[in-house]
Formats: sequence, C-alpha cells, structure tokens
Amino acid sequence: MLLRHTPKEVAERKALTINPAKTCQPIGAMYAALGIHGCLPHSHGSQGCCAYHRSALTRHYKEPVSAATSSFTEGASVFGGQANLLQAIENIFTVYEPDVIAVHTTCLSETIGDDLKQIADKAQKEGKIPAGKHVIGASTPSYVGSHVTGFSAMVKSMVAAFSEKTGKKNGKVNIIPGWVEPADMEEIKRLATLVGVEHILFPDTSGVLNGPLSGEYKMFPDGGTTVADLKATGDAMGTLALGELCSGDAARLLDSQCKVPCKVLDMPFGLRATDRFVDALRILAGVTVPDEVALERGQLVDLISDMHQYFYHKKVALVGDPDQLVSMVEFLVTLDMLPVHVVTGTPGKAFERRIKELTAGLPCEVNVRAGGDMFLLHQWIKNEPVDLLIGNTYCKYMARDEDIPFVRWGFPILDRQGHQYFPTVGYKGGLRLLEKILGVLLDRKDRDDPEQTFELVL
Amino acid sequence: MATTKNGLAPTEVKEELLRKYPPKVARKRAKQIMINEAQQAETPEITANVRTIPGIITMRGCTYAGCKGVILGPTRDIVNITHGPIGCGFYSWLTRRNQTDASAPGAENYMTYCFSTDMQDQDIIFGGEKKLEAAIEEAYEIFHPKAIAIFATCPVGLIGDDIHAVARKMKAKFGDCNVFAFSCEGYKGVSQSAGHHIANNQIFRHVVGENDADKPGEYRINLLGEYNIGGDGFEIDRILKKCGITNNATFSGNSTYDQFASAHKADLNAVMCHRSINYVADMLETKYGIPWIKVNFIGAASTAKSLRKIAQYFGDRSLIDRVEEVIAEEMPAVEAVAADVRTRTEGKTAMLFVGGSRAHHYQDLFAEMGMQTISAGYEFAHRDDYEGRHVIPELKVDADSRNIEELEVEADPTRFAPRKSPEELKKLEEAGFKFKHYDGLVPDMDKGTLVVDDLNQYEAEKLVELLRPDIFCAGIKEKFSIQKLGIPMKQLHSYDSGGPYAGFQGAVNFYKEIDRLVNSKVWGYMKAPWQEHPELSAAYVWE
Ligand code: SF4
Ligand code: SF4
Repeated sequence: MLLRHTPKEVAERKALTINPAKTCQPIGAMYAALGIHGCLPHSHGSQGCCAYHRSALTRHYKEPVSAATSSFTEGASVFGGQANLLQAIENIFTVYEPDVIAVHTTCLSETIGDDLKQIADKAQKEGKIPAGKHVIGASTPSYVGSHVTGFSAMVKSMVAAFSEKTGKKNGKVNIIPGWVEPADMEEIKRLATLVGVEHILFPDTSGVLNGPLSGEYKMFPDGGTTVADLKATGDAMGTLALGELCSGDAARLLDSQCKVPCKVLDMPFGLRATDRFVDALRILAGVTVPDEVALERGQLVDLISDMHQYFYHKKVALVGDPDQLVSMVEFLVTLDMLPVHVVTGTPGKAFERRIKELTAGLPCEVNVRAGGDMFLLHQWIKNEPVDLLIGNTYCKYMARDEDIPFVRWGFPILDRQGHQYFPTVGYKGGLRLLEKILGVLLDRKDRDDPEQTFELVL
Repeated sequence: MATTKNGLAPTEVKEELLRKYPPKVARKRAKQIMINEAQQAETPEITANVRTIPGIITMRGCTYAGCKGVILGPTRDIVNITHGPIGCGFYSWLTRRNQTDASAPGAENYMTYCFSTDMQDQDIIFGGEKKLEAAIEEAYEIFHPKAIAIFATCPVGLIGDDIHAVARKMKAKFGDCNVFAFSCEGYKGVSQSAGHHIANNQIFRHVVGENDADKPGEYRINLLGEYNIGGDGFEIDRILKKCGITNNATFSGNSTYDQFASAHKADLNAVMCHRSINYVADMLETKYGIPWIKVNFIGAASTAKSLRKIAQYFGDRSLIDRVEEVIAEEMPAVEAVAADVRTRTEGKTAMLFVGGSRAHHYQDLFAEMGMQTISAGYEFAHRDDYEGRHVIPELKVDADSRNIEELEVEADPTRFAPRKSPEELKKLEEAGFKFKHYDGLVPDMDKGTLVVDDLNQYEAEKLVELLRPDIFCAGIKEKFSIQKLGIPMKQLHSYDSGGPYAGFQGAVNFYKEIDRLVNSKVWGYMKAPWQEHPELSAAYVWE
C-alpha cells in the first residue's frame, strides 16, 4: 500500500495539511502570463520558487517553460528586492527581448513588502524599459488563496495594464477562459467562431504550451494573446468570464475601467454549462446559432443516452479546482451519476454552497470541502467507497490502494498525455470526458466480470 | 589552438556566449566559463558557487529544495513537515525519483505523503510557531512516527519563527519521537548546495550516533552521496552484497532513520557525490575515526575500480578475490552490450550540465561508448568539484557561504576508534591508495573543451546551436527547449523515468538508452517533404 498510514477514522486537523489539493499563487500567475504573446513571466523572490513552477508546468506540458527570477539572497531578503528586480528587468530586455515582462511576487517579496508598481515606475524612469515594451505586475502572496487566485490576479493585471477604451467599439466579445488547458482555449475559440462571434480570448496558452517539434526553438512561440488585442479588450461589446474565481475579477475590472459589460458564467465543461456559454455568446453578439453547433450538442446527448446504464448512480469522488469542479459536478449530475465526495484545496465557502445546490436532489449524502486536502478525501473514500475517482495525477496513489477506476483531469497531470491536445470543454470536450469515463468503468467491468458473464457487446 | 567540431575555436565559442550580455553580466559570466587547460591567462581558475544573476534564467533551485528535496527526500520513515505556505511542500512531493523499498512487513513509508503547515496570512503577521506546534502534534497523533523533521521555507526566517525551539519542545513532550528542524530558507546560500549542507549538518547533529547497537555483517561501509534515483542504489547494493560488503547506511537513498542513527558503526565511508556530502565524511572521521575514500559507481570500469578500492582498504585476500570474481562475472555482459552499442555511438559528442557530480561521473559512461564530452559543468558545485580538493584551503568565504553553519566536531570521548593504525594507513598510501582525495572534473576533460559553471538557458541554447552535440544532458527545465532544436536531451536528474544507470546493470541500461536516443528516427522528421523541397517544378506524372 502506497498510502499505508492513512487511517479510516477522520480526525479534524487544524494545523497540518496532508497531501494538498492546491498549490501556491505564483504558479497560476506564471501560467496566465504564458498566455500573452511574447511574454516572459518573472518571479520576484528567490530562485527556488521559479524553478519549482517551471518544473511543474514543464512536467505537465512536456514543453519548454521560460521564466526568470529575481534570485534573492539573504541581502535582498533583508533590504528588499528592488535592486534585484531592476537588474533583472535590464538583463531580460537585453538578453531575451520579450515584448512584456509579467512580474509576480512570492511569499518572500510579499513578506518583505516590495511594491512592484513602484519598482516598475523606477525602471521606467531609469530607462530600463525599452520603448514599446511593457512590465506588468501582480501581487500573488502564496500564503493567501491558491494557484487559482494567482491565475486570477495575473489576468486581472492584464486588464489593468493594457485594456484601453478608445471610445470606438470594435464589435468583439472578450472571452476570459480561466485556468483551462491550451486545447480547451483552442476549443473555446473554435466554438465562438462557429457560432459566428468575433472575439478576443485572453489569456491564451494555445500555441504556447502545445507547440510543434520542427528543429527550431522559439523562446516566444507564435501563440498567446497579443498586446494589441489586450488593449482592444477595452473596446469590446462585452465580456464573458468563464469561472467566477479564475476570471470574474478581470471581467469586473474591465467593466469599471472601460465600461465593457460582463457576464460571469461557469466554465463550459459538460452539457449544461456549454449550453449556457453558447447561449450567452449568441445573445451578446446577436447571432443565430448554426446547425453545426446543434449537431455537436446532439451527438453528446446521444452518447449520454446510449450509455446511460453505465453512468446511472455510479458514485464518484472528485478533487480539483473550484471553477472546474462546479461544472464537472453539474455534468455528473446531468448523467445521473452521484458525486459523493468533492474536495478542493482552495478556500471559499461559496464553493461548498454551490456544490450543495447542484447535488441537492441526489439520493445520497454529499461530502464537500473547500480548503480540504487529499488525505481527507482518501479517508472519506475509505468510509464511503466510490466507483470512480476524478482528479490530478496525485490521485493515482489512492486509486491504486483502493482499486478505483480513475480519470485524470485537472492540474497537474504528470504521467499521461493528451490534455494539451484534446479539449474537455464544449460539446466535443464532453464527448472526450465521457469516452474517458466509460473507458475506465468498462475496463474495470471487463476485468472483474466472471468468465461466464463476460460480454462482447457493451 | 584546438578547434571544435564545427571549426570554431573554443575562445570564439566563449565570446559568442558572452556577446549579448550587458557588460556587468558578461564580466561575471566570463569567470564561470573556462576553456579547459586554462588557455586564457586571465582565468586560470573557474569561479563557482556564486550568486545567480537576477533575470538570467538559471537551472538552479533553492536551499529548501536541496535540503528537503534532495537529502531528506529519500528517507522513508521520517515525517517531513514543510513549515511555510503550501507551494514549496507541494512541488517537492514525489517529484524526485528516489526509490525506496518499504516492502518489509510493518515498514513505515511516508515518502508518498506531503505534510505542510500551509501558512496563511495571519500566520505571517502573528507568527507561525503555534501552528507549527499544533501540526507536529497532529502528525504525532495520527502516525506515531519515530522522527519528525521540520523544514523552513523563505518567509519563516523573515518572520522569525524559532523552529528549533518548537522542535526541542515537542521532542521533550513526546519522549519517543525525535523532532528536529532545518533552517533551510530558500534565500540562504546561492543554490541547492547550501541546502545539502544544512540538511547533513542536522542529520549529523541529531541522528547520527543515536543507535549504538552492534550490526551484523562483514566489511561494513557507508555509502555517502547516493540518492537512489531510478534505483541506482538498489543496483549498487546488489553488487556490494554479491561481493560480501555490508552497506551499513546510505546517505540517503533508500535509507531509514536507523541507518543514519548507526552510521558511526561502519568502518569506511565511500563518497559518491562529493559536492553534497564530503563534509559529512570529514565529520565522521573526526568524531568516530572512520576514514573516507571517493568512489564512483557510474560506469562499469569505475564500478570495478571502486570495488577494488574498497577491497584494498579492508585488505583481506578473500574479499579481494571475491571482488575480482564478481567483476569477472559481471563484465562480459556489460562489454558485449558496449561493443554492440559502440558501433552506433563511437565518435559522437555529449554535453553534460547537472548537479554536483553527475556532470563528471557520467563522462565515464559516455567514454565507454566512445563518445566525447565536449562541454560540461555543474549547476551548484564548488571549485573543488572542478579543480580538486587541493583548492579547498584557497576558497574564499563570502557572505553567502558564511550563512551556512560549519559544525565544530571533535573526537567522541567514548566512541572514537581509528579504523586503521597509522602504520596501516601509511602502508596503504604508499601502495598508491588515496584517502580524502578527489581531483575534480577538469583533469578528466579533454583540452579545448568548455567547462561552464551554472550554465543558463541562453548559453545552453547557444552552445547547442554552435557545437551541435549529439546529446545534451541536464534537467527537466532544459529538456524541451533543447529538444525543440532537434537535439536529443537526456535528463540526468530524473533519468526521464529510466534507470538505474549505476553499477554494471545500470551501465547496460545507459548504453541502450543513449543508443536509443541518439539513433532515434524521430530526429529525422523535423521537416515535411514540402518544406524540404518547396519547389513545384518536379510535377507528378499521373498514370
Ligand atoms: S525559494 Fe523559498 S519559497 Fe521558493 S521554493 Fe524555495 S523555500 Fe520555497
Ligand atoms: S509557497 Fe512561496 S516560497 Fe514556496 S514555492 Fe510558493 S511562492 Fe515560492
């Protein structure tokens, strides 16, 4: 047993987190910043955090992840990191020549109290920022929130730094996709285009973290939202923010800063959330949804009905990030599955309320915890076993110990491929999720059925 | 003057690496880039173990990573609690591939767990000691481990939490659980290396010598600086066992608390990774009288050499003979694979930029395949790892190294016992046996090769573009930018989920792996036919 010391009895812990279901803000800021074209993320702190974040993102994407650091030593920790950041800005623009440096803080620089805005202004005054280049910043102390709030903070700072209102509307819709995979961002753009809506998606990591191998290394790949597009978000007709936690703040800032009205939606995972996304796009842009979209939707409904017997009343345990989990739980309920244990490491009571609402009618108890950890989830599973586990790669230790069919979904996925290429958002993404869920459930059935009842056709 | 494969003089390569830097950066980096055999008068020595330059994308990690991740990571029965915000603990959770064998009935294994105090803003404002104390208590209540270790992350030092006082208090309270702490805040020192030192000091201070019980086995050694990545330690243990040598304690691959506690019961310390642990070998000698030698189990010839060295130390005919038998038994299979692989690897070139010993050790494996290492360097080593231990007296203590405690160690009043008499030691030395000896990487590299300390992303890319090695070795962060250039990249920290590469079977694994990588068909697929031949003139003739 790999987690042999996990007892079945749940004892409430006040101080000790075991097997976290979240990580720290800066990595979210780094991931978001990679969604700006020509941007080098910069970690203002000691070099270890940056090394850890780059490694984690690289292991997840199997792609180069460039990011710089202020490389604090003891001196900087005592006297502040201004000198380090100024030096870093100069070195970065000279050596790597990005269009944008997106700085985020760490627990170290936040504890010291470094003021990014003031340092960036100083860099500007000292001529360290070449004409037409930008330094933006987000405050992401790791002792507040989680990787999700770090992502949100960096997206918000994109609006603060770039969004401009010229007074002339550009007829476009801003879409803030939230922390989803590059393939998901691609799919959201495809859907919007299919519906016939001109849009600016930001941030956009497609084409950045799922690049080709061609014998050429581009430190700044072709993908990413351009600075020009980020500026133009201020002239859009409206904003659709996907995921309250990931995207809500940026959308509201865009509203107050540039008077671009916004609507915050759930992330489009599963049938219903995708329906709402497409409908919102249609209404905002005043277009008719074409038949192709209805066809994709119909195919998803068809698969649900075809295989409903395998979904019906199967118990599911999930761990992940709030915005993603809300939509996924809704999707599972749509399938008549029973999400019985739901854990996120990110704190926030609203999440627990929302999950309770979504699962209110189910014929079972539902355990939900925001600010929980995987140790707790494992204990819940020991007390109330499940038929399916959905979460990131770390779940595989529980899945193996308890022999539970397991679908990898979320961040990070370190041991399987596909998340960077195949979306799980939209109707197509819904099909892929069902394919994965059915795959593990039916593999299990085929493994466990006795020979006399082993079936060819399922 | 020597020229490189593509006709560039090494000085030209160096110039090219520095060309784009702002002057200050160029001056600093120039001292860390050395053309072997000191051809440039102005840099007769290499600068190492100095600060990373802000903004220059580095391969290095932090002190915490070196302490918690590298040294304590592989020990399975200690509950390792990270005191800090959640990130550091999360990222160091199972991401290094130190394997462990906890299959014995009742064996403890906490390596699959991540423990953290997950500090929140109120802990930063009001101090985190209370929370740490409560977390230790909870860990004790749930798991009842024999030891709990506390690791400080960056903010802890700044807010002034006294983690050592908390550890002492909890240790006294529990009575049956050793609790100790590490002040390994990420900003201390310039790299992971500082963290190794902090970790080893505390293990030496709080654990080594705790268990005086006699242990079974003949020819007892400790293996220092071997972390069982990809099962390297398992293969070394297999060979040692076959030879009749008892591995008393590995620091720290596949280790347990008790191994550290009884490390003073060995009769020889064999040091693998010089950088991360040579000071522990020194301290074990001073305090307990155990001599140390440098070994290397990377490469079949080096493995054989290291085994002979250990046998010569003990000096028993039966052991010396047994070691020769084992080598004779193991070598033919290794040589057969080497001979086959060599037909496809001979004359190819490699670059190695890893850690604090691998960039040296792995050159032996490449040499066994007929491959030349044209450039190498360490991520976090010191000058002695490049130039040899004779430079140690000259090393300057700068502000960053002053941060790292040097333990004052004296001979243990009751347990100090010289393992060899002065006459025996003298006899061995006269026979060419070298104690406490390491010549470093530089003498083993060819003239005109480039030795680069703390290579960064920009220089890595330039080196690869200019010299087009057949393979590049570094870590996960470097992996894919190098491969995008069409050059295979082998991770020598995590082994790309492969291994073991140590010992005899490990050598076979490595030969096959490098053969696979440098001869993979995939490197020939970079361009589509229409990109290679964009012209439309050769029109098809339709049947
Ligand atoms: S640099 Fe500090 S905060 Fe960052 S990972 Fe290392 S110990 Fe943690
Ligand atoms: S918790 Fe703080 S020190 Fe640790 S990795 Fe995150 S930002 Fe860095």
